[in-house]
Amino acid sequence: MKNTALTQTHIALGAKMVPFAGYNMPVQYAGINVEHETVRKSVGVFDVSHMGEFILKGEGALGLIQKVTSNDASKLYDGKVQYSCLPNEQGGIVDDLLVYRIDEKTYMLVVNASNIQKDWDWISKYNTYGVDMKDISDRTSLLAVQGPKAAQALQSLTEVDLSAMEYYTFVKGKFAGIDNVLISATGYTGAGGFEIYFDNEHADAIWKAIFEAGAPFGIQPIGLGARDTLRLEMGFCLYGNDIDDTTSPLEAGLGWITKFTKDFVNSANLAAQKQEGVKRKLVGFEMIDRGIPRHDYEICDAVGNTIGKVTSGTQSPSLQKAIGLGYVHTDFAKETTEIFIKIREQLVKAQIVKFPFYKG
Amino acid sequence: MNFPSELKYTSDHEWIRVEGNQAYVGITDFAQRELGDIVYIDINSVGKSVTKEEVFGTVEAVKTVSDLFMPVSGTVVEFNKKLDTNPELVNQDPYGDGWMVKIELADAAQVAQLMSADEYASQVGA
Repeated sequence: MKNTALTQTHIALGAKMVPFAGYNMPVQYAGINVEHETVRKSVGVFDVSHMGEFILKGEGALGLIQKVTSNDASKLYDGKVQYSCLPNEQGGIVDDLLVYRIDEKTYMLVVNASNIQKDWDWISKYNTYGVDMKDISDRTSLLAVQGPKAAQALQSLTEVDLSAMEYYTFVKGKFAGIDNVLISATGYTGAGGFEIYFDNEHADAIWKAIFEAGAPFGIQPIGLGARDTLRLEMGFCLYGNDIDDTTSPLEAGLGWITKFTKDFVNSANLAAQKQEGVKRKLVGFEMIDRGIPRHDYEICDAVGNTIGKVTSGTQSPSLQKAIGLGYVHTDFAKETTEIFIKIREQLVKAQIVKFPFYKG
Repeated sequence: MNFPSELKYTSDHEWIRVEGNQAYVGITDFAQRELGDIVYIDINSVGKSVTKEEVFGTVEAVKTVSDLFMPVSGTVVEFNKKLDTNPELVNQDPYGDGWMVKIELADAAQVAQLMSADEYASQVGA
């Protein structure tokens, strides 16, 4: 199992550690509910250094990215980030990712930890563009500083005007006295904030600086448990749960990052699927009767016929309600439709709701 | 971690406190810590007789769900209704207000076969 540069720090803080995607990661410190609330109301720090980063460099970089990703990367400009996915050839998704345009010929792709090798092989397979690819995952640390007070908490560490940064933009600059830190106004919580990328050797110094600067704002370390409840309240997909090799981006509600203005892997089939309409859709639902939906539970109609499957579920700490994501037959995907989740052989009533669950 | 010596324990992390021919059952301090924030206790066995080591309900934490096993055979006579609205009592006070069910013992002799606090503490490495 791999460690991040901060694993020992988490252990020293008393975090509960779990293996996740081959890494020894903190799942919680003080408790999921209180950590969740910290991020919604003030500011928290996640070590997400397990994420993968690839640098793509060369004249053909944009061409390769356009070929393998579903979103239109030609819309990017220097300092702009885009959410996208890698469609496979069978109608599913290899991974979802962020695409950073560093300059016209240099891009950074940020991928899920569990898919680093798979994505590398996949993108390499299409690299007939002579692009120089570098996997910098093992030497790159990533801290997500999330919450409404994130900009204030970090402002003393940089000359970049953090509160002026637009969502999904980034800058490279000096941060906590260290050069070449990438500050990205992105995140996976819906609470606002930044993701900070830097070389492992600076991990201890940057972690310490963030906690000192953030202390007056009540900054706290946050584990992967709260990361999951936060993203779920926003209806954000988690690869391996809500999207995978068998789910189409259109079924997953990712039509907004599937642009048919260009050719990409499997684009013709996906365009045909769009035309015909999908047979199943990823929906959000909240429980009406008591029960908590979990990954792989069956979704049924009122008489017990299976109409789909739960892909993620939890008790929402902000809403104090049980919520979930799942695929259902398109006939049942409309808002307010009553569905039933099979929990320990009982049909428990739920209803389809609009994203996000948490509206802030 | 706290394991009161007047209770008996199971390897599945339940405790039992005997009062005459009845007993209270809950989960241990170790179990509540492992589960994290508890959000729902689902007990469907009230009024039923449940054999030792059979499931009498389920505990749901934010991230995980876990079955609850009967330490000894008996009839479930009461569910701790406070847990319906305050499931976090199991985290806050696992041996007190966080008790889960009250049972009528079928065979009081089974209690003696359960683990003592010391035995349980050494099992969980505490």
